Amino acid sequence: MSAVGTILKENLWTNNPIFMQVLGICSALAVTNLLTNTMVMTIGVTFVTAMSSLTVSLIRQFVPRKVRMIVQTLIIAFYVIIVDILLKAYAPDISRQLGPYVGLIITNCIIMGRLEAFAQSNPPLLSTWDGMTAGFGYMAVLLVIAFVRELLGFGSLFGVRIMPSGFVPWTIMVTAPSAFFLLGIIIWVGKTIMNREGAPA
Amino acid sequence: MSAAPVLNPFSLFFASIFTSNILLANFLGMCSFISISKDGKSSNGLGFAVTVVLGITSAVNWAVLHFVLIPLQLEYLRYIVFIITIAATVQILEMIIDRVSQALYMSLGIFLPLITVNCAILGVSLFIDIRAYTFVQSVIYGVGSGLGWWLAIAALSAIRKKTDKSPVPAGLKGPGITMITIGFMAMAFMGFSGMLQVQ
Repeated sequence: MSAVGTILKENLWTNNPIFMQVLGICSALAVTNLLTNTMVMTIGVTFVTAMSSLTVSLIRQFVPRKVRMIVQTLIIAFYVIIVDILLKAYAPDISRQLGPYVGLIITNCIIMGRLEAFAQSNPPLLSTWDGMTAGFGYMAVLLVIAFVRELLGFGSLFGVRIMPSGFVPWTIMVTAPSAFFLLGIIIWVGKTIMNREGAPA
Repeated sequence: MSAAPVLNPFSLFFASIFTSNILLANFLGMCSFISISKDGKSSNGLGFAVTVVLGITSAVNWAVLHFVLIPLQLEYLRYIVFIITIAATVQILEMIIDRVSQALYMSLGIFLPLITVNCAILGVSLFIDIRAYTFVQSVIYGVGSGLGWWLAIAALSAIRKKTDKSPVPAGLKGPGITMITIGFMAMAFMGFSGMLQVQ
Protein backbone atom coordinates (compact mmCIF):
# COMPACT_ATOMS: atom_id res chain seq x y z
CA MET A 1 0.00 0.00 0.00
CA SER A 2 1.24 3.48 -0.75
CA ALA A 3 2.35 5.77 2.06
CA VAL A 4 -0.78 7.88 1.67
CA GLY A 5 -3.08 4.90 2.12
CA THR A 6 -1.09 3.50 5.02
CA ILE A 7 -1.25 6.79 6.88
CA LEU A 8 -5.01 6.99 6.36
CA LYS A 9 -5.56 3.48 7.67
CA GLU A 10 -3.26 3.99 10.65
CA ASN A 11 -4.80 7.25 11.77
CA LEU A 12 -8.38 6.17 11.27
CA TRP A 13 -8.14 2.69 12.65
CA THR A 14 -5.04 0.80 13.81
CA ASN A 15 -3.49 3.80 15.50
CA ASN A 16 -6.59 5.93 16.11
CA PRO A 17 -5.66 8.85 18.37
CA ILE A 18 -8.63 8.35 20.68
CA PHE A 19 -9.19 4.69 21.24
CA MET A 20 -5.73 3.29 20.59
CA GLN A 21 -3.50 6.02 21.98
CA VAL A 22 -6.06 7.56 24.37
CA LEU A 23 -4.87 11.06 23.53
CA GLY A 24 -6.75 14.32 23.45
CA ILE A 25 -9.78 13.08 25.29
CA CYS A 26 -10.35 16.20 27.39
CA SER A 27 -12.20 17.89 24.59
CA ALA A 28 -13.49 14.60 23.24
CA LEU A 29 -15.67 14.25 26.30
CA ALA A 30 -16.62 17.84 26.92
CA VAL A 31 -18.08 18.83 23.57
CA THR A 32 -19.93 15.68 22.63
CA ASN A 33 -23.39 16.38 24.05
CA LEU A 34 -24.58 17.99 20.80
CA LEU A 35 -23.71 16.88 17.27
CA THR A 36 -23.44 20.40 15.86
CA ASN A 37 -20.91 21.46 18.49
CA THR A 38 -18.94 18.28 17.96
CA MET A 39 -18.85 18.82 14.22
CA VAL A 40 -17.55 22.38 14.60
CA MET A 41 -15.02 21.39 17.24
CA THR A 42 -13.61 18.45 15.27
CA ILE A 43 -13.35 20.50 12.08
CA GLY A 44 -11.39 23.04 14.12
CA VAL A 45 -9.07 20.37 15.49
CA THR A 46 -8.55 18.84 12.05
CA PHE A 47 -7.71 22.25 10.60
CA VAL A 48 -5.25 23.05 13.39
CA THR A 49 -3.57 19.63 13.22
CA ALA A 50 -3.20 19.72 9.45
CA MET A 51 -1.94 23.30 9.27
CA SER A 52 0.49 23.01 12.16
CA SER A 53 1.83 19.75 10.73
CA LEU A 54 2.43 21.57 7.46
CA THR A 55 4.13 24.51 9.17
CA VAL A 56 6.30 22.42 11.44
CA SER A 57 7.32 20.24 8.53
CA LEU A 58 8.23 23.28 6.40
CA ILE A 59 10.46 24.83 9.03
CA ARG A 60 11.81 21.63 10.54
CA GLN A 61 15.33 22.19 9.23
CA PHE A 62 15.62 25.67 10.70
CA VAL A 63 14.41 25.09 14.24
CA PRO A 64 17.04 24.05 16.79
CA ARG A 65 16.00 20.90 18.64
CA LYS A 66 16.21 22.59 22.01
CA VAL A 67 13.48 25.13 21.38
CA ARG A 68 11.25 23.00 19.17
CA MET A 69 8.61 22.42 21.85
CA ILE A 70 7.97 26.09 22.42
CA VAL A 71 8.03 26.78 18.68
CA GLN A 72 5.47 24.03 18.10
CA THR A 73 3.26 25.35 20.88
CA LEU A 74 3.34 28.84 19.40
CA ILE A 75 2.49 27.51 15.94
CA ILE A 76 -0.46 25.58 17.36
CA ALA A 77 -1.61 28.61 19.36
CA PHE A 78 -1.46 30.74 16.21
CA TYR A 79 -3.86 28.47 14.34
CA VAL A 80 -6.12 28.06 17.35
CA ILE A 81 -6.50 31.82 17.57
CA ILE A 82 -7.54 31.87 13.91
CA VAL A 83 -10.19 29.21 14.59
CA ASP A 84 -11.37 31.06 17.68
CA ILE A 85 -11.73 34.40 15.90
CA LEU A 86 -13.54 32.80 12.95
CA LEU A 87 -15.96 31.04 15.29
CA LYS A 88 -16.64 34.22 17.25
CA ALA A 89 -17.40 36.06 14.04
CA TYR A 90 -19.48 33.50 12.16
CA ALA A 91 -20.93 31.21 14.84
CA PRO A 92 -21.10 33.20 18.08
CA ASP A 93 -23.63 30.82 19.67
CA ILE A 94 -21.50 27.75 19.15
CA SER A 95 -18.41 29.67 20.22
CA ARG A 96 -20.13 30.53 23.50
CA GLN A 97 -21.21 26.95 24.11
CA LEU A 98 -17.78 25.55 23.40
CA GLY A 99 -16.39 28.08 25.86
CA PRO A 100 -12.81 27.37 26.88
CA TYR A 101 -12.58 24.16 24.88
CA VAL A 102 -11.62 25.95 21.68
CA GLY A 103 -8.62 27.46 23.46
CA LEU A 104 -7.84 24.08 24.90
CA ILE A 105 -7.12 22.71 21.43
CA ILE A 106 -3.64 24.10 22.16
CA THR A 107 -3.03 21.52 24.84
CA ASN A 108 -4.69 18.74 22.87
CA CYS A 109 -2.06 16.03 22.96
CA ILE A 110 -3.05 14.66 19.53
CA ILE A 111 -1.62 17.70 17.78
CA MET A 112 1.63 17.77 19.72
CA GLY A 113 1.87 14.01 19.30
CA ARG A 114 1.54 14.14 15.50
CA LEU A 115 4.03 17.00 15.27
CA GLU A 116 6.61 15.14 17.32
CA ALA A 117 6.01 11.71 15.83
CA PHE A 118 5.50 12.60 12.20
CA ALA A 119 5.81 16.18 10.98
CA GLN A 120 9.23 16.59 12.61
CA SER A 121 10.79 14.08 10.24
CA ASN A 122 8.64 14.00 7.10
CA PRO A 123 8.06 16.18 4.00
CA PRO A 124 5.36 18.90 4.12
CA LEU A 125 2.58 17.40 2.00
CA LEU A 126 2.72 14.01 3.65
CA SER A 127 2.73 15.69 7.06
CA THR A 128 -0.35 17.71 6.21
CA TRP A 129 -2.09 14.55 5.12
CA ASP A 130 -1.03 12.84 8.35
CA GLY A 131 -2.32 15.70 10.46
CA MET A 132 -5.57 15.78 8.54
CA THR A 133 -6.24 12.07 8.87
CA ALA A 134 -5.41 12.15 12.58
CA GLY A 135 -8.08 14.83 12.80
CA PHE A 136 -10.50 12.58 10.90
CA GLY A 137 -9.81 9.72 13.29
CA TYR A 138 -10.62 12.03 16.17
CA MET A 139 -13.72 13.27 14.37
CA ALA A 140 -15.05 9.76 13.69
CA VAL A 141 -14.95 8.68 17.33
CA LEU A 142 -16.37 11.97 18.61
CA LEU A 143 -19.26 11.89 16.17
CA VAL A 144 -20.21 8.40 17.32
CA ILE A 145 -20.23 9.52 20.96
CA ALA A 146 -22.14 12.69 20.13
CA PHE A 147 -24.67 10.75 18.04
CA VAL A 148 -25.56 8.51 20.98
CA ARG A 149 -25.53 11.31 23.54
CA GLU A 150 -27.70 13.70 21.58
CA LEU A 151 -30.11 11.00 20.42
CA LEU A 152 -30.71 9.61 23.89
CA GLY A 153 -30.16 12.77 25.90
CA PHE A 154 -32.27 15.19 23.85
CA GLY A 155 -34.10 12.90 21.41
CA SER A 156 -32.71 14.88 18.49
CA LEU A 157 -29.92 14.88 15.91
CA PHE A 158 -28.23 18.13 14.84
CA GLY A 159 -30.92 19.91 16.86
CA VAL A 160 -33.78 18.30 14.88
CA ARG A 161 -36.14 16.26 17.00
CA ILE A 162 -36.49 12.75 15.59
CA MET A 163 -37.61 10.60 18.49
CA PRO A 164 -41.40 10.06 18.93
CA SER A 165 -43.10 12.43 21.36
CA GLY A 166 -43.52 9.68 23.97
CA PHE A 167 -39.73 9.38 24.29
CA VAL A 168 -38.37 10.33 27.70
CA PRO A 169 -34.85 11.79 27.38
CA TRP A 170 -32.14 10.05 29.40
CA THR A 171 -30.87 12.70 31.76
CA ILE A 172 -27.63 10.78 32.32
CA MET A 173 -26.68 11.23 28.65
CA VAL A 174 -26.52 14.99 29.06
CA THR A 175 -24.22 14.83 32.08
CA ALA A 176 -20.54 14.03 32.41
CA PRO A 177 -20.53 10.34 33.40
CA SER A 178 -22.19 9.14 30.19
CA ALA A 179 -19.27 10.50 28.17
CA PHE A 180 -16.88 8.37 30.19
CA PHE A 181 -19.05 5.27 29.82
CA LEU A 182 -19.48 5.68 26.08
CA LEU A 183 -15.79 6.26 25.50
CA GLY A 184 -15.00 3.20 27.63
CA ILE A 185 -17.39 1.12 25.54
CA ILE A 186 -15.96 2.43 22.26
CA ILE A 187 -12.44 1.58 23.41
CA TRP A 188 -13.70 -1.86 24.38
CA VAL A 189 -15.37 -2.55 21.02
CA GLY A 190 -12.42 -1.17 19.06
CA LYS A 191 -9.84 -3.21 20.92
CA THR A 192 -11.88 -6.38 20.80
CA ILE A 193 -12.25 -6.18 17.02
CA MET A 194 -8.58 -5.44 16.70
CA ASN A 195 -7.58 -8.36 18.90
CA ARG A 196 -9.70 -10.61 16.74
CA GLU A 197 -7.97 -9.38 13.59
CA GLY A 198 -4.73 -10.28 15.31
CA ALA A 199 -3.23 -6.87 14.64
CA PRO A 200 -0.27 -6.06 16.88
CA ALA A 201 -1.78 -3.63 19.37
CA MET B 1 -21.80 32.52 32.18
CA SER B 2 -20.18 35.84 31.37
CA ALA B 3 -21.71 37.83 34.22
CA ALA B 4 -19.56 38.20 37.33
CA PRO B 5 -20.91 35.69 39.82
CA VAL B 6 -21.30 36.88 43.38
CA LEU B 7 -19.94 34.00 45.36
CA ASN B 8 -18.74 33.61 48.83
CA PRO B 9 -15.19 32.30 48.83
CA PHE B 10 -16.02 29.19 50.85
CA SER B 11 -18.71 27.92 48.55
CA LEU B 12 -16.49 28.60 45.56
CA PHE B 13 -13.69 26.64 47.20
CA PHE B 14 -15.83 23.61 47.96
CA ALA B 15 -17.65 23.81 44.66
CA SER B 16 -14.38 23.67 42.75
CA ILE B 17 -13.29 20.61 44.71
CA PHE B 18 -16.52 18.64 44.70
CA THR B 19 -19.50 19.77 42.68
CA SER B 20 -17.73 21.16 39.66
CA ASN B 21 -14.59 19.08 39.89
CA ILE B 22 -12.27 20.20 37.13
CA LEU B 23 -11.68 16.63 36.04
CA LEU B 24 -14.97 14.85 36.53
CA ALA B 25 -17.30 17.65 35.48
CA ASN B 26 -15.16 19.60 33.02
CA PHE B 27 -12.98 16.76 31.72
CA LEU B 28 -9.77 18.73 32.03
CA GLY B 29 -6.38 17.16 32.59
CA MET B 30 -7.38 13.73 31.35
CA CYS B 31 -4.22 12.76 29.49
CA SER B 32 -1.84 12.72 32.42
CA PHE B 33 -4.68 11.59 34.66
CA ILE B 34 -4.98 8.30 32.82
CA SER B 35 -1.31 7.61 32.28
CA ILE B 36 -0.09 8.56 35.78
CA SER B 37 -2.91 7.05 37.84
CA LYS B 38 -1.37 3.58 37.37
CA ASP B 39 0.86 4.35 40.32
CA GLY B 40 -0.29 5.67 43.69
CA LYS B 41 2.88 7.45 44.68
CA SER B 42 3.30 9.35 41.43
CA SER B 43 -0.39 10.25 41.55
CA ASN B 44 0.07 12.03 44.85
CA GLY B 45 3.22 13.75 43.60
CA LEU B 46 1.53 14.98 40.45
CA GLY B 47 -1.59 15.98 42.35
CA PHE B 48 0.47 18.13 44.69
CA ALA B 49 2.42 19.65 41.81
CA VAL B 50 -0.78 20.48 39.91
CA THR B 51 -2.26 22.16 43.00
CA VAL B 52 0.82 24.33 43.52
CA VAL B 53 1.11 25.29 39.85
CA LEU B 54 -2.62 26.03 39.57
CA GLY B 55 -2.49 28.29 42.62
CA ILE B 56 0.37 30.29 41.14
CA THR B 57 -0.69 30.41 37.50
CA SER B 58 -4.27 31.40 38.29
CA ALA B 59 -2.92 34.44 40.16
CA VAL B 60 -0.32 35.28 37.51
CA ASN B 61 -2.68 34.86 34.59
CA TRP B 62 -5.35 36.95 36.30
CA ALA B 63 -2.82 39.72 36.77
CA VAL B 64 -1.55 39.45 33.19
CA LEU B 65 -5.09 39.50 31.86
CA HIS B 66 -6.24 42.51 33.85
CA PHE B 67 -3.08 44.63 33.87
CA VAL B 68 -1.63 43.88 30.45
CA LEU B 69 -4.02 42.29 27.98
CA ILE B 70 -7.24 44.17 28.71
CA PRO B 71 -5.69 47.68 28.93
CA LEU B 72 -3.83 47.07 25.67
CA GLN B 73 -6.88 45.43 24.06
CA LEU B 74 -4.90 42.35 23.21
CA GLU B 75 -7.39 39.82 24.58
CA TYR B 76 -7.25 37.77 21.40
CA LEU B 77 -3.64 36.96 22.24
CA ARG B 78 -4.63 35.39 25.54
CA TYR B 79 -4.08 31.78 24.49
CA ILE B 80 -0.48 32.42 23.53
CA VAL B 81 0.19 34.61 26.55
CA PHE B 82 -1.40 32.18 29.00
CA ILE B 83 0.56 29.24 27.71
CA ILE B 84 3.80 31.20 27.89
CA THR B 85 3.08 32.32 31.47
CA ILE B 86 2.35 28.74 32.43
CA ALA B 87 5.52 27.43 30.80
CA ALA B 88 7.56 30.19 32.45
CA THR B 89 6.00 29.63 35.87
CA VAL B 90 6.69 25.94 35.71
CA GLN B 91 10.27 26.55 34.63
CA ILE B 92 10.92 29.05 37.45
CA LEU B 93 9.26 26.80 40.00
CA GLU B 94 11.46 23.94 38.87
CA MET B 95 14.62 26.04 39.35
CA ILE B 96 13.53 27.27 42.78
CA ILE B 97 12.68 23.80 44.02
CA ASP B 98 15.98 22.50 42.69
CA ARG B 99 17.84 25.15 44.71
CA VAL B 100 15.79 24.99 47.90
CA SER B 101 15.14 21.35 48.48
CA GLN B 102 16.75 18.39 46.74
CA ALA B 103 14.32 15.96 48.35
CA LEU B 104 11.31 17.87 47.07
CA TYR B 105 12.93 18.19 43.65
CA MET B 106 13.39 14.44 43.47
CA SER B 107 9.73 13.78 44.24
CA LEU B 108 8.20 16.69 42.34
CA GLY B 109 10.73 17.58 39.66
CA ILE B 110 9.86 14.90 37.14
CA PHE B 111 6.22 15.94 37.12
CA LEU B 112 6.74 19.61 36.44
CA PRO B 113 7.45 19.38 32.70
CA LEU B 114 4.31 17.27 32.30
CA ILE B 115 2.26 20.04 33.82
CA THR B 116 2.89 22.57 31.07
CA VAL B 117 0.81 20.48 28.69
CA ASN B 118 -1.83 19.59 31.27
CA CYS B 119 -5.05 21.06 29.96
CA ALA B 120 -6.39 21.58 33.48
CA ILE B 121 -3.94 24.45 34.00
CA LEU B 122 -4.81 26.30 30.82
CA GLY B 123 -8.47 25.42 31.32
CA VAL B 124 -8.61 27.04 34.74
CA SER B 125 -7.04 30.22 33.38
CA LEU B 126 -9.58 30.31 30.56
CA PHE B 127 -12.49 29.72 32.95
CA ILE B 128 -11.22 32.58 35.11
CA ASP B 129 -11.36 34.80 32.04
CA ILE B 130 -14.78 33.58 30.83
CA ARG B 131 -16.46 33.73 34.24
CA ALA B 132 -14.82 37.10 35.05
CA TYR B 133 -13.62 36.11 38.51
CA THR B 134 -12.00 38.66 40.82
CA PHE B 135 -8.42 38.15 41.97
CA VAL B 136 -9.37 36.42 45.24
CA GLN B 137 -11.95 34.25 43.51
CA SER B 138 -9.38 33.27 40.88
CA VAL B 139 -6.83 32.09 43.42
CA ILE B 140 -9.44 30.22 45.43
CA TYR B 141 -10.81 28.65 42.28
CA GLY B 142 -7.30 27.70 41.15
CA VAL B 143 -6.28 26.08 44.42
CA GLY B 144 -9.66 24.40 44.84
CA SER B 145 -9.52 22.93 41.33
CA GLY B 146 -6.02 21.65 42.03
CA LEU B 147 -7.18 19.96 45.22
CA GLY B 148 -10.15 18.49 43.38
CA TRP B 149 -7.85 17.11 40.70
CA TRP B 150 -5.56 15.69 43.37
CA LEU B 151 -8.48 14.04 45.15
CA ALA B 152 -9.71 12.50 41.91
CA ILE B 153 -6.33 11.11 40.82
CA ALA B 154 -5.58 9.73 44.31
CA ALA B 155 -8.96 8.00 44.41
CA LEU B 156 -8.61 6.62 40.90
CA SER B 157 -5.12 5.24 41.48
CA ALA B 158 -6.42 3.39 44.54
CA ILE B 159 -9.30 1.92 42.53
CA ARG B 160 -7.00 0.95 39.68
CA LYS B 161 -4.86 -1.05 42.07
CA LYS B 162 -7.92 -3.23 42.61
CA THR B 163 -9.10 -3.43 39.01
CA ASP B 164 -5.63 -4.50 37.88
CA LYS B 165 -6.16 -7.76 39.70
CA SER B 166 -9.76 -8.27 38.60
CA PRO B 167 -10.76 -10.51 35.69
CA VAL B 168 -11.52 -7.83 33.09
CA PRO B 169 -12.37 -8.84 29.47
CA ALA B 170 -9.27 -8.57 27.26
CA GLY B 171 -10.53 -5.70 25.11
CA LEU B 172 -11.56 -3.67 28.12
CA LYS B 173 -8.22 -3.91 29.93
CA GLY B 174 -6.22 -0.72 30.50
CA PRO B 175 -7.84 2.49 29.27
CA GLY B 176 -11.27 0.94 28.69
CA ILE B 177 -11.98 -0.12 32.24
CA THR B 178 -10.35 3.06 33.50
CA MET B 179 -12.84 5.18 31.55
CA ILE B 180 -15.74 3.23 33.00
CA THR B 181 -14.31 3.57 36.52
CA ILE B 182 -14.00 7.32 36.00
CA GLY B 183 -17.61 7.32 34.83
CA PHE B 184 -18.73 5.83 38.14
CA MET B 185 -16.57 8.32 40.05
CA ALA B 186 -18.15 11.16 38.12
CA MET B 187 -21.59 9.84 39.05
CA ALA B 188 -20.58 9.71 42.70
CA PHE B 189 -19.32 13.29 42.56
CA MET B 190 -22.57 14.37 40.94
CA GLY B 191 -24.18 13.38 44.22
CA PHE B 192 -22.48 16.37 45.79
CA SER B 193 -24.14 18.78 43.42
CA GLY B 194 -27.28 18.94 45.53
CA MET B 195 -25.28 20.65 48.29
CA LEU B 196 -23.98 23.59 46.32
CA GLN B 197 -24.97 25.31 43.13
CA VAL B 198 -22.35 27.35 41.36
CA GLN B 199 -22.53 28.64 37.75
